[in-house]
Amino acid sequence: MSAAILSRRGFISASLLAGGGLMFDLAVPMAQAADGTPVILTAFIRILPDNRVIIGAKNAEIGQGAKTMLPMMIAEELDVDWAQVTVEQTHADAAIFGGQSAGGSRTTPREWIPTRQAGAAARAMLVAAAAAQWGVGAATLTTGSGKVTDPKSGKSVAYAALAAAAAKLPAPDPATLTLKDPANFRIIGQSVVGVDTPAIVAGKPLFGIDFKLPGMLYAVLETCPAFGGTFKSADLDAVKALPGIAHVLPIKGDGTAESGYDGVAILSTSWWSANKARETLKVEWDTSAVAGFSTESYATQAVARGKAKADTDITRTGDVDAAFASAAKVVSADYSYPFLAHATLEPQNCTALFKDGAIEIWAPTQNPENGRGLVAKALNLSPEKIRINFSRIGGGFGRRLMNDYMVQVAKIAAQLPGVPVKLLYSREDDMRRDFYRPAGWHGFRAALDKGGKLTAFHDHFVTFGKDGRAVRGGDLPAHELPVGLIEHVLLEQSFLPTNMPTGWLRAPGSNALGFVTQAFMDEVAVAAGKDLPGLMLELLADPKELSRGTNQPPFVTARAKGVIEKVVAMANWSGRKALPKGRGLGFAFYYSHMGYFAEVLDVEVADGVPKVKTVWVAGDVGSQIINPINALHQVQGSVIEGLGQALAGQAITQVAGAVEQANFDTHPLQRIPDTPTIIVEFVKTDYPPTGLGEPALPPVIPALVNAIHAATGKRIRSLPVTAEMLTA
Amino acid sequence: MAISLTVNGVARQVAGDPAKPLLWVLREDLDMVGTKFGCGAGLCGACTVHVDGNAVRSCQTPLGDVQGAKITTIEGVAKSAVGQRIADSWIAQDVPQCGYCQAGQIMSATALLSQTPKPSDEEIDAAMMGNLCRCSTYVRIRAAIKAAAA
Repeated sequence: MSAAILSRRGFISASLLAGGGLMFDLAVPMAQAADGTPVILTAFIRILPDNRVIIGAKNAEIGQGAKTMLPMMIAEELDVDWAQVTVEQTHADAAIFGGQSAGGSRTTPREWIPTRQAGAAARAMLVAAAAAQWGVGAATLTTGSGKVTDPKSGKSVAYAALAAAAAKLPAPDPATLTLKDPANFRIIGQSVVGVDTPAIVAGKPLFGIDFKLPGMLYAVLETCPAFGGTFKSADLDAVKALPGIAHVLPIKGDGTAESGYDGVAILSTSWWSANKARETLKVEWDTSAVAGFSTESYATQAVARGKAKADTDITRTGDVDAAFASAAKVVSADYSYPFLAHATLEPQNCTALFKDGAIEIWAPTQNPENGRGLVAKALNLSPEKIRINFSRIGGGFGRRLMNDYMVQVAKIAAQLPGVPVKLLYSREDDMRRDFYRPAGWHGFRAALDKGGKLTAFHDHFVTFGKDGRAVRGGDLPAHELPVGLIEHVLLEQSFLPTNMPTGWLRAPGSNALGFVTQAFMDEVAVAAGKDLPGLMLELLADPKELSRGTNQPPFVTARAKGVIEKVVAMANWSGRKALPKGRGLGFAFYYSHMGYFAEVLDVEVADGVPKVKTVWVAGDVGSQIINPINALHQVQGSVIEGLGQALAGQAITQVAGAVEQANFDTHPLQRIPDTPTIIVEFVKTDYPPTGLGEPALPPVIPALVNAIHAATGKRIRSLPVTAEMLTA
Repeated sequence: MAISLTVNGVARQVAGDPAKPLLWVLREDLDMVGTKFGCGAGLCGACTVHVDGNAVRSCQTPLGDVQGAKITTIEGVAKSAVGQRIADSWIAQDVPQCGYCQAGQIMSATALLSQTPKPSDEEIDAAMMGNLCRCSTYVRIRAAIKAAAA
């Protein structure tokens, strides 16, 4: 490739191109280019001589569909046919590509405008090149299927023939670009099969665990079972003497879970051999500071703290004490839920090569720039000495927002310059070395007046924290409903100490808060002589917008009403009384990650075993479903995952500072026979599209326990659901 | 002593510890990484391959046990008509989300249809319940098997 044609072209705006603009992933072999040289038009787009287009996918693909969806948006505005497009993963560099994290269902709202602008900018450059060539005004030209056409003369030219000239033009100011009218979308809104699906089905190497380099060594890392335990001593020579073991290296932690605790790495040309050698490795750990932490003591402490004065007010509106004092009826109940593991099916792993004072990393990470910062600190390297490449990711769910494995492999590789190293966790490592969804205990009270109207609400949420602040994943949002819907609300929080690393699990916060708040509200509705959809519609009756803080759209009551009304119609809610004994419908609504979701479950309970028959889902994520087939898949997955959290028997417990569960026998996932019929409808509203990785999950669990109550009269106030709860 | 086996129709010789699981022999010694490591304990099904036509968990199958065996992996399963139908159906239904478990799912599904060409819903659930999908693609796994059986 000549330097002239490889004109380095930015994305669209200087702010996104602080590094001066580099094209994506030049390391990818360009076999397609044998018949000519591709032209790099922007950071995201290369055009091949045969008019095929390579579009860079900048986000990590964890199964949420971003690797297909973002290129669809570029292709739409570039105005090419999807059949012309090949998608390639970019590397991680925020200076070139903008935000590349995969979390919080934020990709869609973040990218809806700028990613389409990236396509529109390239289209504008191609049109300008054609206009210059033909001596006509750019505004008179049209595009389609990768061609520019002059309707007046009837002349038409393929993008490939314009690309070299277009690449020399300045990138247009995004403000000058006109994006397509959605009525003219030809790719957005069509169901597009995942770009990697054929390679997955063929068993091609796509994942971090599959990536190999010549001379690579596999590493396992032994750490203290109790989080925060420190290295005392070990007989490393006994392990070094084993056949096939290349190195045994003590690895110093920095005392944080985020960068990894103390450990001993064993390296071999075979991961299986390295892992087997752990049977010989005997390490003495100092666990004196952390051995006192256990699930049993948390439960005792939480009950005591729930009865005592709370550590901190989160929200206090109106006069809660007076409202409870004058209530006609007070409903109160205690709810709780356990720690949960992420259990991604691809265990945590990462590959690194340290050479000449720089490190190259191949990482299944959802959050590369966080990892870059941690590695820079751990190795005392400047960030530009760290290159991070993405691989496809065998499940994220928030686990890979953390980068402990990246720092650990970087530390190992730094001790072996020139030798590529892959660190791979065993399943047991993975389950016992997670950043867990924190457990929580809620003491609720609700006040009803004589007319059955909800007048006051109180939640004392006991979870884990330090210095008056919740641990990661344990926050109680100040705007948690019914804040803003009724006058008198008190949300307060208390914190227990723990050594458990905690983190964000799919729909963080919401996956637990949805359960407890909507299950309790079902109790309130029954006490008020109503049903939960009726109570929620009453609370949401006033059309208003409730602020959710800066950079967040407001909560719009009309959108919430829309999905509630939709789902009760879909599920024939009003006909539920006709169901036979042992069957029941349950409802829940929850707003999270900018998405409005109302769900109804049909449950049958026989001999203490709940069987979910049908789940109806109504969701509002704005004006446009970008890839309908993937949207449906995200909702199906969210529903089944939520059911798994409640019904499969998932609970992470701790003894002497260490996690007890180690594999899928003790931390089970939902299996295929547990799969219900799932019926999904989207309510389209005139708001910008938002993400779907998470918001369908939170309402599933309360809808389930509310349905179990309808079927059996039994209230489930603690997860996971057990047979004893249903037969007692 | 080297072990002889046939992988996807190709005769292979593997020297090494006979206790080494077939999963790691495939991934490390034969450079075939389509077969996935998920749990190492026969609990998730990600490592499923065919040994003499039967779906087995390769993480629980020592190399020493497959002397002379015919192994089929995800890289070769579509060479059979049933395997090709399953693969096509998997793509048509866009079954995968993250995709990590799908090699094992496809191997179990192909073994099912090879032995039971028209499985009932219960037979599908029974044959597939050893394969975990953390993304919960189960709705489409059922649909894809039914479409391939039709």
